[in-house]
Amino acid sequence: MSKPLVDLANISKTFGTGDTVVRALDNVSLSVGAGEVVGLKGPSGSGKSTLLNVVACILAPDSGRFEIDGEAIWDGSYRISDLRRLRRERIGFIFQFHNLLPFLDAVDNVALAMTLAGTERTAARKRARELLDYLQVGKRADAMPSRLSGGEAQRVAIARALANRPRIILADEPTAALDSERARVVMDLLRQVAVEQSAAVLVVTHDEKIFDRFDRMVSLRDGRIESAT
Amino acid sequence: MNLALADIRHNLARFLMTSVGLGLLMGVALAMVGIYQGVVSEALALSRSMRADLWVVESGTRGPFAESSRIPGDVREIVARLPGVVASGGITLQTVEAASTRGPLRVQIIGFEPGRPGGPQAVEAGRLLGGSRYEIIADARARLPLGSTIGIGNDLYTVVGTTRGLVASGGDPLIFMSLKDSQAIQFQLAPPAARRAIAAGGGSGGTDTVNAVIARLADGADADKVATLTTRWKHLSALTDAEQSDLLTRSVVNRARVQLGIFTVVLLFVSAVIIALIIYTMTMDKLREIATLKLIGATDGTIIGLVLQQALILGGTGFVSGVALVFLVRDGFPRTVELGPEEIAFMALVTTGICILGSLLSIRAALRIDPQQALGG
Repeated sequence: MSKPLVDLANISKTFGTGDTVVRALDNVSLSVGAGEVVGLKGPSGSGKSTLLNVVACILAPDSGRFEIDGEAIWDGSYRISDLRRLRRERIGFIFQFHNLLPFLDAVDNVALAMTLAGTERTAARKRARELLDYLQVGKRADAMPSRLSGGEAQRVAIARALANRPRIILADEPTAALDSERARVVMDLLRQVAVEQSAAVLVVTHDEKIFDRFDRMVSLRDGRIESAT
Repeated sequence: MNLALADIRHNLARFLMTSVGLGLLMGVALAMVGIYQGVVSEALALSRSMRADLWVVESGTRGPFAESSRIPGDVREIVARLPGVVASGGITLQTVEAASTRGPLRVQIIGFEPGRPGGPQAVEAGRLLGGSRYEIIADARARLPLGSTIGIGNDLYTVVGTTRGLVASGGDPLIFMSLKDSQAIQFQLAPPAARRAIAAGGGSGGTDTVNAVIARLADGADADKVATLTTRWKHLSALTDAEQSDLLTRSVVNRARVQLGIFTVVLLFVSAVIIALIIYTMTMDKLREIATLKLIGATDGTIIGLVLQQALILGGTGFVSGVALVFLVRDGFPRTVELGPEEIAFMALVTTGICILGSLLSIRAALRIDPQQALGG
């Protein structure tokens, strides 16, 4: 078996001190391979967001080992600027409320991710349009986010997440604001991307209607992995 | 793509409203700078208009602007004979409430001998004074049209010429008249007072008295040397034009300058605080967007650029609005608002500095935004 793209081993993270200490993650181990779509569920406070933040390289664990594509993160070898570069180039983010920049139209929202990574603007816009076409929102490329429907906005957000051909896609409740049909379409898209781009997809969700769309569903409770099916 | 401009375009109406508000504030600050410069300019306008190289005044005084000075009219002949002097003329200065058709008019009268130094170099309209009496040249600030008359003392004077920009250090418009007319107004006793003086055995008194004699020197003549020569006459002292200008700005209008200067600094400080608050609010309104940018890998430079560019664009539009406002209303001010390219450039630099300083707090706040906020915590 090839090395997993995302590999967490015995990750622990606590917040607070003394009597108020909260153990958000307690010896969590999880691997996500290329082309795999993994769901992460659990009640509020179970540690899902903390785990997502660790994988997103914005929160350092207290202990444990975390590797992306075989490279150890949080072992002191990466500086803040390196982590930003890592996020720019290797990780795509999809949010619950799409988080498109309201002052850029759809195509520029997608192109922005590429220009931040150093792509020339014209080339970035060209690829952005191709991605929007691929996600079937090409005709809305020049629309501002406020003019997009929830489903359209989420597709644009997915296009942005895919812009730099990331190996890892992290999604935080990507279907929470969508109806069942659109939620399934979004999940099918993520699966398609995972397969076509050999990407690892990790999705935090409470949305039971899409549980059947994952290769694996990991359940967290009190900072521990309760089950993995 | 320029994120700062894109955000401004997206919230254009709000941005323009903010800019106009800031423009009003900047306009007030610019007007203060203009008034400050105007006070200095007005203080020097009279002495500059006379193009004097030397001011001969009463011994022990620093007249005729800073202190009272009275010397005999024939001093001009003494001064005229000094080596290096090519022309000299006696002048009188007095502030009066003249009676115009529009009501009382406060003016400063300059009496001079036509053909000698002391009068205006040129007129904007009409003509210079000839030999006739009861004629005046009035500055445009007095709003006296050519041919109109005003009452000063017991006599009526006709406006035969107008000047522009010639005002006293207090802002009163200048009126030029012949030395004889001005001496009559200043030194001639009213008939009852003259009768009383004669009865007391003192006579009605002569009127050939002037407040100062001004002299123009030949090219290359040393003004300090001529001034020293003048002090051979114990009843006279002399100031060079540089000393007179220094006296006018440091002494005559000093308090007004300092007051305006302090007020301008306070206004600039208030502007800086307001700009800082506006930028801070604009930045905090974009908290989620900035968190998203940081999460998807934007560098600190991108975030700093977003905040700083918006601060500079806001400051720039506010500054331009302020300049436009001052130029629109400055003629309505009772005193000169002098805002030249140098003052505008200086204020543009100050505004740039204020914007950069004002955005520091916002930049710090923006850089401290946690990208986790984009993920919903």
